[in-house]
Amino acid sequence: MIFARLKSTEEFKTVANGLWRDHPIFSMVLGICTALAVSNKVDNAIAMSAGTTFVLVATAIIISLLRKLISTRVRIITFMIVIASFVIIVDKAIEAFFPSISEALGPYIGLIITNCIIMGRAEAFYIQNKVHLSILDALANGLGYTYTLVSIAIIREALGFGTILGIRVMPAGWTNWVIMAMAPGAFFILSVFIWLSRTLAKIEP
Amino acid sequence: MAYLLTIFIASVFTNNIALTYLLGMCPFIALSRNPKTARGMAFAVIFVITLTAAINWPIYHLILVPLHSEIIYYIVFIIVIAASVQFMEMIMEKFLPAMQASFGIFLPLVTVNCTVLAVSLFMILRKYTYIQTIFFAMGSGAGWMLAILMVAAINEKLKLVGDIPKGYRGPGIIMVIAGTIALSFLGFAGMVSIQ
Repeated sequence: MIFARLKSTEEFKTVANGLWRDHPIFSMVLGICTALAVSNKVDNAIAMSAGTTFVLVATAIIISLLRKLISTRVRIITFMIVIASFVIIVDKAIEAFFPSISEALGPYIGLIITNCIIMGRAEAFYIQNKVHLSILDALANGLGYTYTLVSIAIIREALGFGTILGIRVMPAGWTNWVIMAMAPGAFFILSVFIWLSRTLAKIEP
Repeated sequence: MAYLLTIFIASVFTNNIALTYLLGMCPFIALSRNPKTARGMAFAVIFVITLTAAINWPIYHLILVPLHSEIIYYIVFIIVIAASVQFMEMIMEKFLPAMQASFGIFLPLVTVNCTVLAVSLFMILRKYTYIQTIFFAMGSGAGWMLAILMVAAINEKLKLVGDIPKGYRGPGIIMVIAGTIALSFLGFAGMVSIQ
């Protein structure tokens, strides 16, 4: 009863859309550059998705607060400047606290700016919705991005290096599938993920 | 001169920006369903990458570094990219309407293509000189074009066979094709190398 009432609220719909129905990676196929490129190790994936989620939430707050002041003609460049400012914060924070991850990620932290999830959500949602809904949407989309990235990274790191977060999980005689740590492995694993989730969610191409 | 050629060849084959660094994937998935649109986008990308890298290099090395404000280079680069695309569109509209019509909607889309920003970031990370940057940018654009055209062509042929599982249609199968091509591009590794 309570669940049925909860289900019809705006807030619930927003969260459910971000986590499953309009999942940024499976159904919209957005933001996959970073999803493919940094998912070879679990710690890289966690750092990347934490950074992206932070930028999403911060952008959601700023854009939805300013939504009445931003004129439609200059909105894209406004989004870009807001996003780029927060990405600088993320970049410097990761560089200061986790220098080894910062080195492994290289230019990909900067490429959060052109991650289409953030731009897409700003354009589709934050520019026309209230602050609390935008924050929920940002958290849901960030979480959706995080679970996909981390689960791809777990498979790739286990098969490619025989470890998860640097801890050995495969038996002693395991031969590493080097291909999983490289670009082709990323394509194959993500395509399997898209296939499974599209079949489960019955999304038509 | 030989090193310039190495950079060019490496950025097309061994360090292909789409198949090795996995960049520019959003338009890659969306546009490789149709070879014609793929070609239009690819030409726009080559053009914009080279132009923005040529503008960003002097801005970084002649303005930001002497002023010790390297920290804001993300903002500067993204504004330069957005502005130069807009500016180019206006110039083309006025003087080259035929060319503008053939680029069509692709020019504004290039702004959010990650390859464009990535080339500018790589040129800083790898400390390229100006002329090396130009060659690297052109090579990356050509490599991206090669990748998207190959994927689009194979996808077109697959449509004729048309026996793809339902969930794989659209983005899924494009990724499998791209993965297979990336696998074959691994064969180029060791031919030339850049850091």
